[in-house]
Order: sequence, then C-alpha cells, then structure tokens
Amino acid sequence: MEFLASLLPASLSTHAPAIVVVAPLLMAAFAAVMPNGRLGWAVTLIAVIFSALMALSIISDVQTGGVISYAMGGWAPPAGIEFRIDGLNAVLLLVIAVLGLLSVIYALPSVADEIAEDRQALFYSAFLVCFAGLIGVAITGDAFNMFVFLEISSISTYVLVGMGADKDRRALTAAYNYLILGTIGATFFVIGVGFLYMATGTLNMGDMASRLPDISDSRVVQAAFAFIIVGLGLKAAMFPLHLWLPNAYAYAPNFVTSFLASTATKVAFYTLVRFMFDVFWPEAPFVEVSFLWVFAILGIVGMIVASVQAVFQDDARRLLAFSSVGQVGYMMLGLGMGTVAGVSASMLHLVNHAMMKGALFMALGAFAIRFGIRRISDLNGFAQSMPFTSVAFTIGGLSLVGVPMTVGFWSKWYLGVAALENGWWWAVAALILSSLIALAYVARMLAAIWVAEPHHDRTGAIAHARAPWLMLAPMWVLAIANIWFFFQPDFLISMANAAAEAAFAGATR
Amino acid sequence: MIEILAERFNFMIVIILMMTGLYAVVATGNLVKRLVGLSLFQTSVFLLYITIGKVFGGQPPILPEYGAGYGEEGGYGEGGTAMTDHGGAAANSAADAMGAAVQHPDPAYASAEAIYSNPLPHVLILTAIVVGVATLAVGLALVVRIRETYGTIEDEAINRADYAVDSAGRNT
Repeated sequence: MEFLASLLPASLSTHAPAIVVVAPLLMAAFAAVMPNGRLGWAVTLIAVIFSALMALSIISDVQTGGVISYAMGGWAPPAGIEFRIDGLNAVLLLVIAVLGLLSVIYALPSVADEIAEDRQALFYSAFLVCFAGLIGVAITGDAFNMFVFLEISSISTYVLVGMGADKDRRALTAAYNYLILGTIGATFFVIGVGFLYMATGTLNMGDMASRLPDISDSRVVQAAFAFIIVGLGLKAAMFPLHLWLPNAYAYAPNFVTSFLASTATKVAFYTLVRFMFDVFWPEAPFVEVSFLWVFAILGIVGMIVASVQAVFQDDARRLLAFSSVGQVGYMMLGLGMGTVAGVSASMLHLVNHAMMKGALFMALGAFAIRFGIRRISDLNGFAQSMPFTSVAFTIGGLSLVGVPMTVGFWSKWYLGVAALENGWWWAVAALILSSLIALAYVARMLAAIWVAEPHHDRTGAIAHARAPWLMLAPMWVLAIANIWFFFQPDFLISMANAAAEAAFAGATR
Repeated sequence: MIEILAERFNFMIVIILMMTGLYAVVATGNLVKRLVGLSLFQTSVFLLYITIGKVFGGQPPILPEYGAGYGEEGGYGEGGTAMTDHGGAAANSAADAMGAAVQHPDPAYASAEAIYSNPLPHVLILTAIVVGVATLAVGLALVVRIRETYGTIEDEAINRADYAVDSAGRNT
C-alpha cells in the first residue's frame, strides 16, 4: 500500500482528500456524454481506479501520520469546510474504494444485460455521482456538508434502483418508497444539525464536539441527538426503520445491489458512530441511555426478526436483503455496548459483511445473467450448471453464518467476546440464536444449489454455463478474501481497533 | 402561554407545516400528493434554518461599502474575512438561538458598528433547496414512469397489480 502511494506525485497526495471526491464527480459528466455503454464503463473504471489510488494514499498517510485535516478551498477549518480523515473513516474509505472498484469491474457484463443500451452511459454517470457522494460522506468533517453528500449519494441511488425497471417494474415503486423514506431520514438529520448549530454556532464536527459538553443540559442538544439518530438510523436501515431496504435491494440491477449492500448502509452506520462518539460523547446521560435501550435492544430484535423474515422469502435477493437488515442489527449491537471492544467488533463486522454480501449478491447476479433466476427454487442444481459461481456463493453463505475458516467467524467471535466483557450473556445467546436462523436460510439456498436436481436443456443434458470472467474475477477476489482474512485477520483487526480508538479519542478531544 | 407562543411565532409555523407535511406523506395513497407532503416537510426545515439566522435589529448581511452610511473607505478583503468568521461570534449569541452579530475587527469602524443577521443559514438553505428540488424532480420522474407502466398513481392499485402478477407467477 505504501509502495502504491509513493508512486503518486507529492502535490497529488497533499490534495488527495479533495481529489478523491472531485475526480468521480467530474468524470460523471464525461461518462454521461459517452455514446455507448462500453465507453461509459471505461470512463467509470478510470475514475474509480484513480479515486481508489487516492484513497489508498490517504489511508497509508493516516496509518503512518495520524489524522489528516484538509481545509477545502484554503479556508481554515472552523469557518471553512474541513475534510478530516482519522482511523475511523479510513476503514470506510478502504471499503468504498475496494468494493467500488470490484463492483465496477463486475458491472460491464451485468449492466449490458440489464439496462437498455442507450441508457447505459447515463447509468454509469449516476453510479459515479453515488460513489463520489459516499466517499464525501465518509471523509467530510462538516455536519452540513455531510448532509449534502448524503443527499448526493441518495438521489443517485434512487435513480440507480429505479433503473432496475427494465427487468422488473416493481423497481419503480421500490425506488419511489426509498425516495420518500430516504428524504424523510435526511430531513430529520438536517433538523438535528440545525439544532446543533443553534446550540453551538458552528457546523464543524470537531468544533461542535468541544462545545457540546458545556451545554449538555440543553433541551436543544438532546432533541438534536434524537433527530440525528432517527434520521441516520433510517439511512442505515436500523431495524424498525428498514422497510425501504428489502424491495430496493431485490429489484435494483444486480450490480447496484452488490455495490449498495456493501457500501451505502455501511456509510450511514459510520455517520451514526461518528455522531454518537465524536460529536456527542458517550458519557452524556442521553447518549448512554440510548446505548442499551435503543441500539442494543433494537439491534437484537432486528437481527432475530429480520433473520426469521429472511427464512420465509421466496425471492433469493429479497432473502439476502432481509439478512442485510439482520446484519445491521449485529453492528448496532456492537455499537450499543458502548465500549472500545464493542465498536471495534462492529467495525470489523462492517468490513466483513461488505466482503460476504458483495460476494453473495455478485454470485446471484452471475446466476441471473445466464439463467435469469429470481426465486430460490430456480437455483436448483446450479452446482453442476455453474460450478465456479456456486462455490463462490457457498463461501459467501458460510461466511454469513459465521462458520470457522471464513471471516464471518471472527466478527461473531469478537462481538461475543465484547458482549461477555460487558456481562451481556443474553446478547451472546441472541447472537447464537440469530446465527442458527442464518444457518436455516443459507442452508435453504445451499440445499437448492448442491442437492436438488439440476436444470436440463431440451436434449435432457445438464445445462452448463459460465459467467463472464469480468464477473467471476471480482466475485472470486471477495470469496478468497473471505477465507484469506480468517487465517490472516491481523490487518482487519488492527484497522477495526484503530477505528474504535479513533472514535473514542474524538470524545476526549 | 399566549405570550410564549407569540414570541415563538416562527417556530409554531414551522411545527405546523412540518406536521402537515408528514401527515400528508403518511396518510395519502396518491403518489404525487405524497411528494407534495414531502416538499412541505422539507420547506418547514428551510424556515427553521432561516429563523435561526435572524437577529433582531440586524441589517441584511451586505458589506458596508455597498450599503448606505457606513463610510467611504473599507476594503473588500477585510470585510470578507469578518463575514466568514461566523463560528466564534455565533457561539456567543447562539444561546438564545438567534444567530450572530458580526462586528468589524478594524477599530476605525468602531463608530460604524453594524449588527448583521447571520448570513450562513441562508447560504446553507440555498444548498438544501437545491437538494430538495433535485429530490422532488427525481420523485416526479419516478411517478411518471410508474404511471406509464402501471397506468395508475394510487398506492393500493399498484399493490394490487403487483400482487396479481406475483400470485400468477407462483401458480405457473
């Protein structure tokens, strides 16, 4: 990573925090005017590779030199907009950059199959805007700027989800409902930010954090906390606020689903962590109460109820979407512990979940491009029809359950250890119960793939197919990562620990 | 009670608009009406922000050289930096949630001291309005597409159509 970063000219790496956001935004305009989808894809790939390089340079700087503060446009931070990267958002930056790059590689065959030819370039352009917005949310240090980036990414996400209408018209209503709920969430967030601005007179999050403890009795601050938690909870698909998610994931184009499932809710989850631990501070009475009574309880209810709902789904992608809601529950539980170990376990699960859900949705997309499957019963016998994709899918599925030899095991292990440190044996019991339910729904799909009778073509032979290698490659990168990081977990764990420590260090600033 | 309400007249309007908007989003089955409700809801937040920026007796935030009666000299640069220093100044007067009084740092201006309304919330809301318009545009575009494919913009009719297709697919 340092080697890659050292290749960049010095001026590029000083301004990397700005360029990483601006490059995809600028290239979105180029992608929009491209005459066909292939050229649009090429422009997108260049933009994403460039952004990913910039992101890696930023991450290596953070790991060696600590917090990076970049004054946007040369205006000094408390008044101007600050981009601030510490250990906490470095993780997010890495997830978005890597998953964005893999998803874009995956996109070419998938988009060519699902989107009408004349709209592909525009589709890629919308994707780039979404990508830039997500990175912006992850690295900005200004509360209102965060709202703007959140809406930039959300509005383009509504468009991306709606583009699934070429295959299934329900994508339109899914996108519409997502728009209504997403906008309500963002507006709640901006009300909260407005209250914080009333109370502190600043929009810079670091500045807010230093002024808030003096006025913790203020009703305005407490109301701001409530509004921000509900608004961001909606964006992060926290349990009772998740209703937009299953349909949006199920009917969006496959490439969009795998990108969103591995990045969008994660970014919203990060903003929650940022506000709870950095802007507000964990010792505040109203924050402390929310840990157990909002995040831990709702997290546990979410991970059990959503997993049970997942078991009864017919549509394979809806099943995985409900499972995503359950997985957000795990992250909320870790957050609700309110300890360094808990937040660290949450961040670890955030990265792991991005890897496993990315692999699973990519595999479903590969099945879909060859056989047009939607329902679980359509998966019958795919181990013989599409063996490579099936194995990748299986690895992702086992990782989702948390079987040893896959990275999913570590997230559950560390969550369990963190819960026991708090003396929360009931949280461990809930973890095990929800993992068993996860086993039920994953086993349902794996049984269809490995045990059921395969498809036969007209001659009675088994229908063989192979996904395009542009789809296989990123899928297998993620599948191998799922196994690799079980044996070499130090890198992920040290990153998660650094993230949790950065979150808590911000509180004492 | 009446006095408190009268003092916070702006906030009452904001709350009423906000609740009307949210109710419209929840209660109506018509997709366009729902978007109208959403717009109302967002607009109430714009008003909330603009209320924050108001300072009683404050001037519009215009540089002295362009305003009337603040003397002839006065560099744009100095004025510019004073205007952007919203942070510290806002904190002092923000306890009453009423924004900032920006004072010129140059002693020569002491006689021509002016109280400005805080310009920052206006700028923020300009951005938020653009975001709101973009959301509304995407929403209306989606409604147009829904109308083209389903032939209706009533929520219940759409659900019935989807359910019919879904159960037909399951039976085959």
